[in-house]
Amino acid sequence: MTKTLRIAFLSIILMLLCGPLVIVSGVSLNAKKRLYFPPDGISLRWYQELLTEKSWMVPVQNSLTVAATSSLIALSIALPLAYFLWRYRVFYARALYTLGISPFILPPVITALGFLSFWVTVGFYGKMITTMISHAIFFVTLPLVTISLGFESIDHELIEAAETMGADSKTVFRTIIFPMIRPYMISGYAFAFVLSLNEYIVAYMVAGFTVETLPIKIFNSLRYGYTPVMASVTVVFVLLATIIFGLIGRFGDLPKLMGAMNPEEK
Amino acid sequence: MTGEKPKSLRTHLPVVYPALMLCIFFIIPFGLMVAVSFFHREPGGFYIPGFEFTNYRNLYTALFGRTLLFSLYIAGLSAAVCVSIGFPFTYFITRMRRRAQVVWLVFLMSVLSLSEVIVGFAWSLLLSRTAGLSNLLVWFGLMDKPVAWYPGFTALLFGICYIAFPYTVLVLYPSLSRLDPALPEAAQTLGATPIKTFFTVIVGSLRNAIVASFVMVFVFTLGVYLLPQILGRPRHWTLSVLITDQAIYQTNMPMAASMAIFFMFVSLMLVLLTMVIGKGKQAKSA
Repeated sequence: MTKTLRIAFLSIILMLLCGPLVIVSGVSLNAKKRLYFPPDGISLRWYQELLTEKSWMVPVQNSLTVAATSSLIALSIALPLAYFLWRYRVFYARALYTLGISPFILPPVITALGFLSFWVTVGFYGKMITTMISHAIFFVTLPLVTISLGFESIDHELIEAAETMGADSKTVFRTIIFPMIRPYMISGYAFAFVLSLNEYIVAYMVAGFTVETLPIKIFNSLRYGYTPVMASVTVVFVLLATIIFGLIGRFGDLPKLMGAMNPEEK
Repeated sequence: MTGEKPKSLRTHLPVVYPALMLCIFFIIPFGLMVAVSFFHREPGGFYIPGFEFTNYRNLYTALFGRTLLFSLYIAGLSAAVCVSIGFPFTYFITRMRRRAQVVWLVFLMSVLSLSEVIVGFAWSLLLSRTAGLSNLLVWFGLMDKPVAWYPGFTALLFGICYIAFPYTVLVLYPSLSRLDPALPEAAQTLGATPIKTFFTVIVGSLRNAIVASFVMVFVFTLGVYLLPQILGRPRHWTLSVLITDQAIYQTNMPMAASMAIFFMFVSLMLVLLTMVIGKGKQAKSA
């Protein structure tokens, strides 16, 4: 009885979560420029248009460039910070960590507005580097949390053993610490990358009219004329996220990563 | 090797760059926004430095009040829905085999990472007249002709819960997966039914985690910006929409900044209040 109830409950949730995605995949296959479900004829032309039509290709490139660079900057901020907070005990450690996770906790519109007033003041409004740095700060939380977790999982005896054998701190870092936190760095980078690809309001506020990212492009087409390309790009996004998170799940310790994703835990 | 005090100034070197980046690109923008909220606005979209409360005084309008209340209301409602469905759901997930857990987590994270615009678009299709669910009901003979179920309040609530649900599960996951399995087992050995065990032992022992998750989901849903514009009517627009409208289309930065500060202040107060109430309740029951 309880088992049946549980399975029914889980299935309803699964259906609710999948429903919109099923409709979107169907719509993306329409043969004509219509948003019908079930699709009116089957074709892959809307996927092709995503890669050939300039008005879609430019946002795709923008989004990929911004996501790849901003997650790299986020990683470059998070790595030394997490290392320092793990290595030394300082009185301001908690303050620094809180600073690192607050951009992600505040309602995004507030962070976005802060960025806007800053970039307008320094005269960088509307440039691609602006979107990159803003995203890097906005998403620095993700690599910071994952890498901090990686540092905590390092066994101290290993380091002591290496030091006893005569390794200096550089060698210890290169041969023990770095290889052990590498998977956490990759996960942190992947989280930041996927979320940056999907981020709207910060990108819109700091450079929405000049650097059109994919979410901005989709929202604009939602206002000025629907096209099935919107559906095909959605399908690509869902697949991309599933592949990236699937790889983390396959090669990393996802349940453990998730156990620490809760900033309340710190 | 870890946990020692930094010996010299040189050992601080690795922290200089991250601290600088966060200061320049997060603290300064934030401080600037606070400052701008007190600036004087000139007609034509410019503002000059000053210190006046005009922008805050101008907040006192029916539109702002109504929008603020609506934002808090829909965020609270969707957080309540998500936590009450998400709690049993997360409990079931944590009792699954590891492999099944990973599959669910990957799926939930993929949904969570989706842009609001994508979720909004997907739900607008699902609820639309041409491609939506109502076609299915017509096909089954349950309805006469397909109808559009959006824009509207229910559509908006579904959309918000859709993005907030995976977040809720991920927030609840750590505390539920650490729950000692001996606890529910003991309750059942002593004769409690599974449902009774769930509500008394599991919900009871995790009351703090539930309150904390509610607060986190509440803050998360306060941030929705695109869904109200896609799935709701103008009267369902949230404060995020209003703030962006002031900043970008009315080019009234001081006004937008004062709105944002006030918004943050009110949400912080509510979060603190929820925490205090949660703690008080626990003290009483203990």
